[in-house]
Amino acid sequence: MSTERIVGIDLGTTNSLVAHMQGDTPVVIPGEDGVNLVPSVVALDEHDRVIVGNAARKYLIETPERAVYSIKRLMGRGVEDIHEELKLFPFRLADDIQRGEVIRIRLGNKVFTPPEISAMILRQLKRNAERFFAAPVTKAVITVPAYFNDAQRQATKDAGRIAGLEVLRLVNEPTAASLAYGLDKKQNGTVAVYDLGGGTFDISILKLHDGIFEVIATNGDTHLGGDDIDNLLITTALDDIQGDMNIDVRRNAEVVQAIRKAIIDAKIRLSSETKATIDVELPGGKHYQRELTRELFEQLAQPIIDRTVGPCKQALKDAGLKPEQIDEVVLVGGSTRIPKVRALVQELFGRVPHTDLNPDEVVALGAAVQANILAGGSQATENMLLLDVTPLSLGIEVAGGVTDKIILRNSTIPASATQHYTTQVDGQANVAIHVLQGERELAKDCRSLARFDLKGVPPMPAGLPRIEVRFLIDANGILHVTAREQRSGKEAEISVQPSYGLTDEQVEGMILDSFDYAEEDFRQRQLIEARNEADTILAAMEKARQNEAWQRLTSDERKQIDKLEKALRAEKSGEDYQAIRKAIDVLNQATTRLAELMMDTAVATALKGKSMENTGVEEGPEAPHPVAKADFE
Amino acid sequence: MASSESKSSLIMPGEATSTCWSCGTMRAVHFCGACGKVQPPVPVDYFTFFGLPRKLNIDVAKLEREFHQLSRKLHPDLYARAEAQEQEWSLQQSSQLNDAYRTLKDPIRRTQYLLRLEGVELEEQSKSATDEARQSGQLKKQVVPPDLLEEVFELNMQLEELGANKKLGEDDPNLTQELQQKKAEFEHKFDGLFEELKAYWNEWDKAIDSGTEEERVNVRDKMVDLLNRRNYIRNLVRDVNEALGT
Repeated sequence: MSTERIVGIDLGTTNSLVAHMQGDTPVVIPGEDGVNLVPSVVALDEHDRVIVGNAARKYLIETPERAVYSIKRLMGRGVEDIHEELKLFPFRLADDIQRGEVIRIRLGNKVFTPPEISAMILRQLKRNAERFFAAPVTKAVITVPAYFNDAQRQATKDAGRIAGLEVLRLVNEPTAASLAYGLDKKQNGTVAVYDLGGGTFDISILKLHDGIFEVIATNGDTHLGGDDIDNLLITTALDDIQGDMNIDVRRNAEVVQAIRKAIIDAKIRLSSETKATIDVELPGGKHYQRELTRELFEQLAQPIIDRTVGPCKQALKDAGLKPEQIDEVVLVGGSTRIPKVRALVQELFGRVPHTDLNPDEVVALGAAVQANILAGGSQATENMLLLDVTPLSLGIEVAGGVTDKIILRNSTIPASATQHYTTQVDGQANVAIHVLQGERELAKDCRSLARFDLKGVPPMPAGLPRIEVRFLIDANGILHVTAREQRSGKEAEISVQPSYGLTDEQVEGMILDSFDYAEEDFRQRQLIEARNEADTILAAMEKARQNEAWQRLTSDERKQIDKLEKALRAEKSGEDYQAIRKAIDVLNQATTRLAELMMDTAVATALKGKSMENTGVEEGPEAPHPVAKADFE
Repeated sequence: MASSESKSSLIMPGEATSTCWSCGTMRAVHFCGACGKVQPPVPVDYFTFFGLPRKLNIDVAKLEREFHQLSRKLHPDLYARAEAQEQEWSLQQSSQLNDAYRTLKDPIRRTQYLLRLEGVELEEQSKSATDEARQSGQLKKQVVPPDLLEEVFELNMQLEELGANKKLGEDDPNLTQELQQKKAEFEHKFDGLFEELKAYWNEWDKAIDSGTEEERVNVRDKMVDLLNRRNYIRNLVRDVNEALGT
């Protein structure tokens, strides 16, 4: 049984979490503030230090040009995909981004790509886990929406690498949720997971059978979630303010963010109450006040919620199932708390959805279960296995701008396909392949995944080379391409130009930048903790010297203790936390007898009924020994 | 596209060909029966992968159980802490496993795959015809099954009429009804073909067991014919649906 600590991470649009398997149960690891959810908000403070989570939220309102939220919506995307987003986000993009390039956004005076920002969130979660275990954490399972395409998945993996985490597996969010559910219920059957989060929607249909979680079909929309409902409400409020009060605050980032916060608070309240008030201060001292009824909210949100119906119906169709053949529907994601959403799900599937599991945490818990399976498992997970699918068909662009599908959607992964190519011109050394994802017939309507350039084809007359290209989608849902010219047996060298992504070199560079930082981090913390321990011991020593027991030591013993204390003070001002710890241990050992003597004194005094004021020992013989090893995590 | 595997590299079910690299026991196709270590993948056809004869009747429930069992042994998740070489082998093996299962569990795919193994290409799948059609920018010309000639001719006429009506903004409910009826007839034919196919399966399986080469080729050709007809009818129904807007 491995004792390796592999954590499960839910890198969400709105909130992120890290969890691990504690015995037979997955458990979320809280942050320093004791809170389980880390808001996926990143900011740079005045000194360009990175702030992540709750602490970063105030920056959103005060200095929005130094903060970013919902970065997940930008992962693996291009500038041309996000112009809707840009209308309401306070994000500033770098000026010179080209089509097909990775996005770069500005925080203060610095520029970052979405994977780098996601890496900051991951680093925070990593820190939280390391603090919890008091040990380094370098491996993780990270979840992604099932409907994420190759570029989006690769971006997530890159983020992990930049944060100093080896990403052992990307798991689809609905599948992860089903793991947590399955572990809990231990029942066979067909389950539908309806996952409506902050930015993405997934519907997955799975068969649970004796510990095997087999995805039959999956569908979704990676551009649909709670954020869209928020944006609609914000737009309505802005229109309101313009109309009623004749003030245009659209350009005022601080006010827009304040409105956003008020709207989100109201939206959440409306899940349990029928009315909520919005009150935002506008420039000039006026207030925008509005009462939002649940009815009005539902009316506004309906078109967005309705967009989940299409994917659900398609998934059922692909699975070859009717709604009544689904045994259980599981709800995942904060947005499924909205009563209208629950009503829709109930109508779609003809049954009351399962809401036992915390929709905010279930994905992280499932990721922890998967981490456990990968680590060698505990008894609870030893029979569990995930069989997931690729959500989008993989195709090659052929003559005429048409897509030739080589791996169909909902194929169980790992999956592969082989294609043969030849050359058009004598001596042609390169063959270019454009790979796409999507269901449409024309290449221009599909999602460009990457352009592969096969190099090093041995010189031959046109049409003679027989180049076998193998496309393999791995268990993460990411594509790998290998090629071999069969007549010569030569492996072709493949250079990849990912769409909307980072090249390996770029990621390496970012890792190097953050590597020292990460190591530094852990070391810094250990140093602080060791110094704190040392201080406690030294303070106790001060008191111990005033105790009469001190006089009862031999002169040699006192000299030894003095020497060790001096050594500890010296180490404490240094940077080596392991040396500090060692010095503490050695001093502890040397003062064992002193401790015993102090105990005797205390007991003797107590028996004699004397007051304990000047003994430097806390009242009562059960009091913790002042130079005893303190109870540290 | 015909399979590129040569018969000499096939491993027969149950036949071990070399010793396990890890513990020295004779090697099974996917993993060592004695020590459980994954083996390098071997290029076998999908039937051999599952240790099945090249027969068309398959117990799908049994196939699924086998699929689950093999998944539990081959899936990359189980090799997360293994050496890179084993991880690579597990990746190859499980992609082969998934491809094989996906193909064999669906009756039509299974039939098409077998025919390909037997060196036959279905019309619709002919890559050269596809390329040619794409180059010329025209629809691939599919040969009309002879027994359907008359009906297809009539149907095409009606579709043309419908198209002409649309251009004029007219709507002939009689025509629409006739087309829908024809569509229903074709759909009925389509379903019937599947039953016919299953009868051929039995013939094929018998021929594998005790038949002659000639008998096998005979059944094979009949199945090719049937699938071609089936594809043709499916395309017809699709065309009618498109024209009617259904």
